[in-house]
Amino acid sequence: MSNTRRALFRSAWLPWALVLPQLLIIFVFFYWPTGEALYWAFTLEQPWGGGNAWVGWQNFAAVFSSEGYWHSVRISILYAASTTALAIGAALLLAMFVDREVKGSRGYRLAMIWPYAIAAPAIGIIFRFVFDPRSGVFAFLNQAAPGLWDPTLNGDHAMTMLVLAGAWQLVSYNFVFLLAGLQSIPRGLVEAAAMDGAGPLRRMRDLQAPLLAPTLFFLVIINMTDSFTHSFALVDVMTGGGPARSTDLMVYKIYSDGFKGLDYSGAAAQSIVLMLLVVGMTFLQFRFVERKLHYK
Amino acid sequence: MFRKTALATGLLLALGGTGAQAQQRQGFTFWYGLTGQLSEAVQSVCKRFNESQAQYSVTCTSQGDYARALQNTIAAFRANEQPTVVQVYDVGTADLMLAEVYRPARELMASQGHQVNWNNYLPPIAAYYATSKGEMLSFPFNSSTAVMYWNRAAGQKAGIDQPPATWEQVADAARKMKSAGQACPIALDFDSWAMFEQFAAIHDLPIATRANGYGGLDAEYVFNQGLMKQHFNNLLGWYKEGLIQIRTAQSGKDVIASFAAGDCAMTFGSIASHTTIRRTAAQGLDWTPVMLPIYEGSKRINSRVGGASLWTLKGRPEGEYKAAAAFFAFLATPDSEEYWSTITGYIPVTATGQSRLEQSGFYNKPENAGREVAMQSLLLTEPTENSRGLRLGNMTQFRAAYANEMQAAFAGQKTMDQALAALQAQGNQLLRRFEQTYRGKQLP
Repeated sequence: MSNTRRALFRSAWLPWALVLPQLLIIFVFFYWPTGEALYWAFTLEQPWGGGNAWVGWQNFAAVFSSEGYWHSVRISILYAASTTALAIGAALLLAMFVDREVKGSRGYRLAMIWPYAIAAPAIGIIFRFVFDPRSGVFAFLNQAAPGLWDPTLNGDHAMTMLVLAGAWQLVSYNFVFLLAGLQSIPRGLVEAAAMDGAGPLRRMRDLQAPLLAPTLFFLVIINMTDSFTHSFALVDVMTGGGPARSTDLMVYKIYSDGFKGLDYSGAAAQSIVLMLLVVGMTFLQFRFVERKLHYK
Repeated sequence: MFRKTALATGLLLALGGTGAQAQQRQGFTFWYGLTGQLSEAVQSVCKRFNESQAQYSVTCTSQGDYARALQNTIAAFRANEQPTVVQVYDVGTADLMLAEVYRPARELMASQGHQVNWNNYLPPIAAYYATSKGEMLSFPFNSSTAVMYWNRAAGQKAGIDQPPATWEQVADAARKMKSAGQACPIALDFDSWAMFEQFAAIHDLPIATRANGYGGLDAEYVFNQGLMKQHFNNLLGWYKEGLIQIRTAQSGKDVIASFAAGDCAMTFGSIASHTTIRRTAAQGLDWTPVMLPIYEGSKRINSRVGGASLWTLKGRPEGEYKAAAAFFAFLATPDSEEYWSTITGYIPVTATGQSRLEQSGFYNKPENAGREVAMQSLLLTEPTENSRGLRLGNMTQFRAAYANEMQAAFAGQKTMDQALAALQAQGNQLLRRFEQTYRGKQLP
């Protein structure tokens, strides 16, 4: 792989002209809004645009000294970690079934990919019916013991409901990658292990999982980032952040403070913090986890 | 040459055509924050206006709920694409007043040559949308007040003939209903308007200092004391006793739907829901709205107006303001007021509108039974500092905080005292932030 070939352009400006549209898009849709948010985070912006005043770090101080904010950070991490664990775990199990050619696997290989194509608000509405304490599928819990299931008043139930919906959405995405990963493991290795007497679980633990590590690592990063940033629609449709702020995830709090509460500056400060958190987490994962992986 | 001339003539004709049409009917846009059946009602009002004359035409667009309508309008305003007229809910009034993006109602009507008798607006309604000096800045549109809905049949079954007027009687009635087999005597939600804001108004209790914010941006919340504190502890006690059930839209049926279905025998909400209950009530439901209960030993004063008003935004072509002024004049006619009250559950906002309804026998019609209660409640006394209105910034966030703290208390995560103290502390933070955002500005 050492003989790298470099394609050279005759003129100096042509390559720039070719990447310009891409750069422009990134600038307009990413750097510009981020810059604007950064500016707002250090000012107090009047909602109707009547002017703003420079307040330095005050917005950040207000955010960090707010008990509600730290609560939001804690539950966002909890949500991201449990959604990721559940989504990857379930997807791995399903991918293994398909990989082992369990009966009917061709059919649900196709079915498994569908959920990823459903928009989050639609998922939210469907799951709201499923989890409805009075008339949903989960209502049987309340028939068995009244008050056993109530996501409208019990924060833990509401969080459970969100995690299940969030994970359900991610399972299909993970499934595609994990199945591809499993199928790229040479048959010979698996068969040799089987001949040596290793059962399916043993083969999974000692052989397939280590070989799948790069895929798993990739999925952990994608799932975590997705849980932090794309949980908005589910929260908005299913719980609205309640009850008692128990599902007020960071990304939803930014929306409700900024757009519902018209506190643009506080929301801008929060979104900067969220961005740094996601960037930082990804950095840590690459720095410390990736080093333990072997790609070849 | 011929072709060129033909083309030019065609172009001129086309331009002239549109120009003449524009001269014929001056259009303007109106954004509102109502959905569903109420949105259809607004559309029919717009249609009536467009058909009533040939000079102006209004294009009415629903922007979702109140909060969404305000968000969209702000976004549009910042992009210089704002509508001429926008509907803003009661608690958004303080934000609008400080933003200086509107044309005051009085100035607008005077500049367009309309004579308006401002004293015709009912005092408790005018007071909410007026400056501290009494000048109305926006036009009250859909107005309501809070009432208690009472299931007569459920009461009679438990041996109660008269609807309760005090909270003591409410608790007593709920206990009797419970033992008579009513699983849900009282339905409650986490909306602060009826249970918190209106409670303070009719008991003449302050929610915040500086006359509930009318006196200046340095107001502070002071509700966490005395009767208010007692009331919320009572509510929690009754919930634990099984007299109250929490009914929200997320749990399937909200309070109004639970009442209309006959599940719950009492609930509290806007008189505007009268229409909803009438249309969705279970077969043979015997019900009536009554005034909100008060505590024994308290003197009842007027309840507060709720709903929304119409603001005229700056920065549109002058012709649109002429059209908008005509629209406002149209809405204030007794005919329009009667029409609006007939197709919705809202109340009239002017004295002439109210007397029209009284004279035309509106309140005697069976479908409107009990709706006069809202007017009695609203017009009971002259508004005091405590019942006039709330002029507090960041109210939307305060209401959200109220819902969250109440959820925490009812779910048993906090005591009611802790929840109220936390609410007051958060409320004060919101007020300080609002004060700082509009540093150096004065409420008009």
